Amino acid sequence: MTDYKEEEYLLLSGIQHFAFCRRQWALIHIEQEWEENVLTVEGNDLHEKTDNPFVREKRGETIYVRAMPVHSRELGLSGICDMVEFIQDDDGIPLNQEEGLYRAMPIEYKRGKPKKHDADTLQLVAQIICLEEMLGTKIHEAALYYNEIKRREILNITDDMKQRVEAMVKEMHHYYQKRYTPRVKTGKHCLRCSLRNICLPELLEREKVSTYMNRMFAD
Amino acid sequence: MKQLLNTVYVSEPDMYLALKGKNLNLLKTNESIARIPLHNIEAICTFGHQGASPALMGECMKQNISLTFFTSSGRFRGRLTGETNGNVALRKKQYRLSDNEEDSSKIARHMIIGKIFNSEQLLKRTVRDHALRVDVNRINQVIDRLQESRIVASECNDLDELRGIEGNAASNYYSVFTESILQQKDVFFFHERNRRPPLDPVNALLSFAYSLLASESAAALEGVGLDSYVGFLHRDRPGRTSLALDIMEELRSIIADRFVLKIINRKQISSKDFIVKENKAVILTDEARRTFLQLWQKEKQEDITHPYLKEKIPWGLVPHVQALLLARYLRGDLDAYPPILIR
Repeated sequence: MTDYKEEEYLLLSGIQHFAFCRRQWALIHIEQEWEENVLTVEGNDLHEKTDNPFVREKRGETIYVRAMPVHSRELGLSGICDMVEFIQDDDGIPLNQEEGLYRAMPIEYKRGKPKKHDADTLQLVAQIICLEEMLGTKIHEAALYYNEIKRREILNITDDMKQRVEAMVKEMHHYYQKRYTPRVKTGKHCLRCSLRNICLPELLEREKVSTYMNRMFAD
Repeated sequence: MKQLLNTVYVSEPDMYLALKGKNLNLLKTNESIARIPLHNIEAICTFGHQGASPALMGECMKQNISLTFFTSSGRFRGRLTGETNGNVALRKKQYRLSDNEEDSSKIARHMIIGKIFNSEQLLKRTVRDHALRVDVNRINQVIDRLQESRIVASECNDLDELRGIEGNAASNYYSVFTESILQQKDVFFFHERNRRPPLDPVNALLSFAYSLLASESAAALEGVGLDSYVGFLHRDRPGRTSLALDIMEELRSIIADRFVLKIINRKQISSKDFIVKENKAVILTDEARRTFLQLWQKEKQEDITHPYLKEKIPWGLVPHVQALLLARYLRGDLDAYPPILIR
């Protein structure tokens, strides 16, 4: 497998869009469409608090690194981890300017509460693949922190999850290269999509324009 | 569907527009006259010579509020556009089609058909509603001819021919336009369309309405990521928003003409609202322009059911919806461009 070039990197955060709806991802990442709504503004607020790359804390045996830029040549992705915790562990890896060995655990901050779909999880898995590639280590654990319930959920990361992310990212690159916005099946998920007004999912199932015009011209 | 927010029309020529916090601050001789929160505003149109502060312009660009400058007599001067939507693939498609005669004619054809159809409907309504007062025969003849033009247009692949059909239809339509004026006929009569300058009150009103509609159409196109300067029917000309003029074709009669007729027939505008210059140019007084803009803004809030979307939307969103539908066609989501057809 050939590595991606830097200018081909896609945004890691796109994974959650892609997992939610391929068309939503294309609208945002290929067509550069975006519309703020209450949910996205809340999300921005939350991230403004966590996204400070200059805060690095060490408490006890753990180093907390916020807003850590990551990338993967193999996936052709780059993005930012909200937080990566480095916990002292004899099976871990050495860190620059730190004594001892550490294992990494990324934590992604989300507004709201745990979701039924696994878009959040897949985004975290992509972060893990990046971290593994950059740090030369294996990561088995990661966490999602949900602002509404103020609690983190620890996840065990399986190879199966990683394979799903790899397949997904490959599909993303394919669409991106063709600048293609896929058409999708509309459904319930459209109701809570922030791009609803731009996507107009109903438009995809419209009558033919010639039928419409003939209908108007009749009588 | 997106929400229609307010358009602020600043009709006093000596008003300066500035930013105060997140508000539009209107200043007259350095004194603040009014403040309006920007988040309630979709567009600002200003008719004057004082201009606007760079800070306000910056905030408008950031919040995607269109800021349009008109001369105090209502002629379009320019428009501030923020960061255009980043969809470069869409615009390249637009350019490719625009360079291709046949592809362009497919879109232009529907726009012309829409224009002619809507003109027919306006005349039909006059016949229907006022059969006893108007020259029914004369109007019906024109309606028949318009219908013929529309049928010819529907099979036309040649842009120049289309333009010819359009020009013909327009002069036919304007030849009976005066029939739809039912009140104050001594002041408001219509012989022919003239623009530079308008030589009678009806032409002055039409010109003003068209220039508002053109700026709204251009803003709508830029808003969906299209380049308002690159048209299909209208050829590129430096400084001209050709695509805005394209999508305006089908909107002229149903939005601008209908509105102008309405305010004349309801006597919301009268002879005292115009002054005649030495060169016979007829222009609206400041007071009249204010009245016009208030009524225009009110009209924009009125709902219609979009015949293709089958969705209720305010009139003011129609340019946006048509721009969106055009973008959808260019992207391949729709099989053709659906003009708005109002019966």
